[in-house]
Amino acid sequence: MKPVAFDFAFAPDLAAAARLLAADAKPIAGGQSLGPMLNLRLARPPRLIDVSRTPDLRGASDDGDAIVYGAAVTHAEIEDGIVLDATPGWLASVARRIAYRAVRNRGTIGGSLAHADPAADWVNVLTALGAEAVLMKSGSQRTMALEQFFTGPFATALTPGEIIAAVRVRKRSARARWGYWKFCLKAGDFAKASAAVLIDPDRNETRVLIGAIERPPALLADPAALLEGRMSAVDAVKRTAPHLDDVALKLHATALARALAIAAGRA
Amino acid sequence: MADAKDRQGVGASILRLEDDRYLRGRGRFIADIRMPGMLDVAFVRSPVAHGRVRGIIKPAGFEDAVFVMTDLDGVAGIRADSGLPGFRSSVQPVLAYDKVRYVGEALAACVAPTRAEAEDIADAVTVDIEELPAVHDMTHARNAKAPRLHESWPENVFLETAVDINFDAAVKDAAVRVKRTFKTARQSMAPMEGRGVVAYWDNQAQQIVVYSSTQMPHIVRNGLSTCLGLDQGMIRVIAPDVGGGFGYKGILLCEEVCLAYLAMKLKRPLRWIEDRREHLTGNANCREHHYEITGYAAADGTLLAVDCDAIVDSGAYSAYPFSACLEAAQVASILPGPYQFPGYRCRTWSVASNKPPILPFRGVARTGVCFALEVLLDAIAREVNVSPEDIRRRNLVRPEQMPFVNITKKIFDSGDYVECLERAVTAIDLPAVRARQARGEPDGRRIGVGLAIFCEQGAHGTSVYSGWGIPMVPGFEQATARLTPDGGLELRVGVQSHGQSMETTLAQVANEILGVAANRVKLVHGDTALTPYSTGTWGSRCAVMAGGAVAAACETLAVRIRKIAGHLLQADPETIRLNGGMALSANGSVSLKEIGTAWYLRPQDLPADVDPAGLEATQGYKTVRDTGTFSYACHAVTVAVDTDTGAIELLDYKIVEDGGVLINPMVVDGQVYGGAAQGIGTALYEEMAYDESGQPMAATFADYHLPGAPEVPAIGIDHMQIPSPISRFGQKGIGEGGAIGPPAAIANAVNDALKSHGVEVDTLPITPARVLMKLAGAAMREAAA
Repeated sequence: MKPVAFDFAFAPDLAAAARLLAADAKPIAGGQSLGPMLNLRLARPPRLIDVSRTPDLRGASDDGDAIVYGAAVTHAEIEDGIVLDATPGWLASVARRIAYRAVRNRGTIGGSLAHADPAADWVNVLTALGAEAVLMKSGSQRTMALEQFFTGPFATALTPGEIIAAVRVRKRSARARWGYWKFCLKAGDFAKASAAVLIDPDRNETRVLIGAIERPPALLADPAALLEGRMSAVDAVKRTAPHLDDVALKLHATALARALAIAAGRA
Repeated sequence: MADAKDRQGVGASILRLEDDRYLRGRGRFIADIRMPGMLDVAFVRSPVAHGRVRGIIKPAGFEDAVFVMTDLDGVAGIRADSGLPGFRSSVQPVLAYDKVRYVGEALAACVAPTRAEAEDIADAVTVDIEELPAVHDMTHARNAKAPRLHESWPENVFLETAVDINFDAAVKDAAVRVKRTFKTARQSMAPMEGRGVVAYWDNQAQQIVVYSSTQMPHIVRNGLSTCLGLDQGMIRVIAPDVGGGFGYKGILLCEEVCLAYLAMKLKRPLRWIEDRREHLTGNANCREHHYEITGYAAADGTLLAVDCDAIVDSGAYSAYPFSACLEAAQVASILPGPYQFPGYRCRTWSVASNKPPILPFRGVARTGVCFALEVLLDAIAREVNVSPEDIRRRNLVRPEQMPFVNITKKIFDSGDYVECLERAVTAIDLPAVRARQARGEPDGRRIGVGLAIFCEQGAHGTSVYSGWGIPMVPGFEQATARLTPDGGLELRVGVQSHGQSMETTLAQVANEILGVAANRVKLVHGDTALTPYSTGTWGSRCAVMAGGAVAAACETLAVRIRKIAGHLLQADPETIRLNGGMALSANGSVSLKEIGTAWYLRPQDLPADVDPAGLEATQGYKTVRDTGTFSYACHAVTVAVDTDTGAIELLDYKIVEDGGVLINPMVVDGQVYGGAAQGIGTALYEEMAYDESGQPMAATFADYHLPGAPEVPAIGIDHMQIPSPISRFGQKGIGEGGAIGPPAAIANAVNDALKSHGVEVDTLPITPARVLMKLAGAAMREAAA
């Protein structure tokens, strides 16, 4: 399990990263997903661009309405509160349960989104929070809501040479309610089912999401029906993810019910 | 006289002598070995489970770096026949050439300066295989239409056995008959260190030297000698530090044969380090059993008979030395467990499938057998409305019956199984759990408690293994003890320590006999050139057999030491005691160093009639009877089952076990904890599934789930320590027991928790998905009723 030979370059800044990526290269940050894929020879990029220490990607800033996280911010930095939290502590508590600490020390928020594993925490949580990805390509920049960004399992809207520069997460006040629940076979494992519930009266926003469905996360079309008790969790999952088998349906319905209970302060 | 608290001998929990290098990361494992000019080897492995090899094309420019079977002149395949009547023989080619029979089977060896480059070459090798339908499910392997693995065989069966002891008479008046079907998953043993081989030609010694991460260097030498057609004197096998084995390394490897041959041919050191993908996809090789089992009992739960059809998925080839049949042969012989009943019938089939050859994993067949029998027993208990503890009380062999010859002629050497059960029931606080069950949980989870009791034959020897007729039969276990000139001791043993703490425990045995300080004892092991022959480390045998051998060698040495001490002290040797590094007479003492100095450095001080054999002795040892020690244990577990997710949490876990006299209780605790963690893996997590084409469904630890620290609860252990009458100090083999009990105990606890749902689990591992499917099935039956 050794990778195919590749060239390796360090990107001193975002502009350099964009330039280096133009030539058939792949960015690598923490390498917690790409590393195994390289070793298994499932990924065979001729050239890797290391963005894990690129200063432009390493911090978080407050743009007033949102916190903008550099793509190379690690899970551990969010867990430890080293960067600002756009929410009343929700992100730190999500980060704390991503894989194991050794993974969190190196794994990055941008890397997780780019890898687009349907079971990954940030893929689901940040979509539920209505976050946007800031995408950069040799001088040009675009912003895209995450629900558009994920195009399939392990597939994104990133075009060749394009890199996630940052993730923009809107601020949530203490009045907002949030519930996130995932089911893992064992501690640190990828989720078999997950669900997230956001009720933000300040922004008049209600978002309910089910995740880990082997597809991009799915937002409920009519979250109010669930919240007001007009639709059961089972029916909500059935309608949102009709492809799930009976066992997965049961697990996701449980995840949804428990995320709701957490958001309602009942768990 | 050493203080009780300073005792280092048998029974003392002294700290492990080997830990200093292990805990500092300074062990020398196979991948730590570097040699000048060493080349790395990567294997091209079969991508399909079953197929005819039409061609293997070496990439242009690399013809000299790629080796296929036709390049291995005179190398024979691996053959491990059983002497049991009707056994069908298979030969595993060192590199597959005409057919491939499982995914991961080696086809070609690629040699390069680095592993990455070797993998590049392997990538470029073209393999042309005509894929054939695969045997992926053992329950269909015997169908007339099933694809045939070995063309000359009439069916995909290595061996079929049948035993019937008084069955018809015993079941005549049975009040209840309870039938169940059970299945255990195929697992991939997962030691922290995988397999690995380094081989080089030693021109001075005219030997091929093979370093291998193995449990049995002498057996590997036997096998290499046969496959390579070389004198044993031309082969030296060395096991360096080995990071866990569990049976995974109790085998002659195709890779060992291949590297030994190529190192001789190329005259370059070669190395192959198994990676996790090779490990998981190519070597998932244990535990896969299928049982149709029926219990017959009287109305009060007294067992009358057990009837079983058991299938073991033995994989594609018979592995050396344990063969494809050890597992099923064990099923038939140990299924009756620690119980007594008058009737028994058991048929077994060791079937061939397109999977890696099966190997004995810690506990061997016992883990599956204990699961089948103990879960059946609880089902019978429910049927006759008797509690799980009462049905066991009623049927266990009783202490006054020891030694007890059971229905399959196993001789239980000693013990009190009923006391073991009672202590476990007390330890888990059964009344408190029942009260908690009655109250119900605030979070709605269901509480259950489960028991499993079993006995474990260890250190069984010649009479048992000669009966199976496999290529390896243990005889006398030998050890060499040598007092050094400075009063230290060297021990040489043919067993091999790969986590068992033998450097500590065998030093304790020497301390017990000779009084030499444990940290002055150097254990030499794992090297065919330096140690007496041994079948190696397996079968919970080392504490008993190597411990007994070390004691015997030290006793011989003690006589000679006393004689020299008697001369130096002008005392009667018979009156001299050895303690604290000294030889003590009524009037004075000399140190072991002075005795060593006298023999080696100042022989002029010794009398003319001194024993010329000197201060080095080799002795052989067998137990009083070679039918094995029988340790035993009761596992008791409390679980909480979440019926909305199928998740199972282990709330409390207690083990009461009897390993006889424990040489080092702390080391035994470690063995029991580690074994139980593996048993929890068998119970809840580990499964290598195969699809219909025989493709393994897990290639990394993201898909093959091992329990981690959060999944293993704090386990309470209680030692009974009833001495074995057949071993040197009363010790019993206990290395495997921890891994035997958990699946049975946990399954029984889950079934107890879900009793009101009408749910019984029957398949390992007990995954959330399986629990949910069982609950859904029960709900549908309920709705239909």
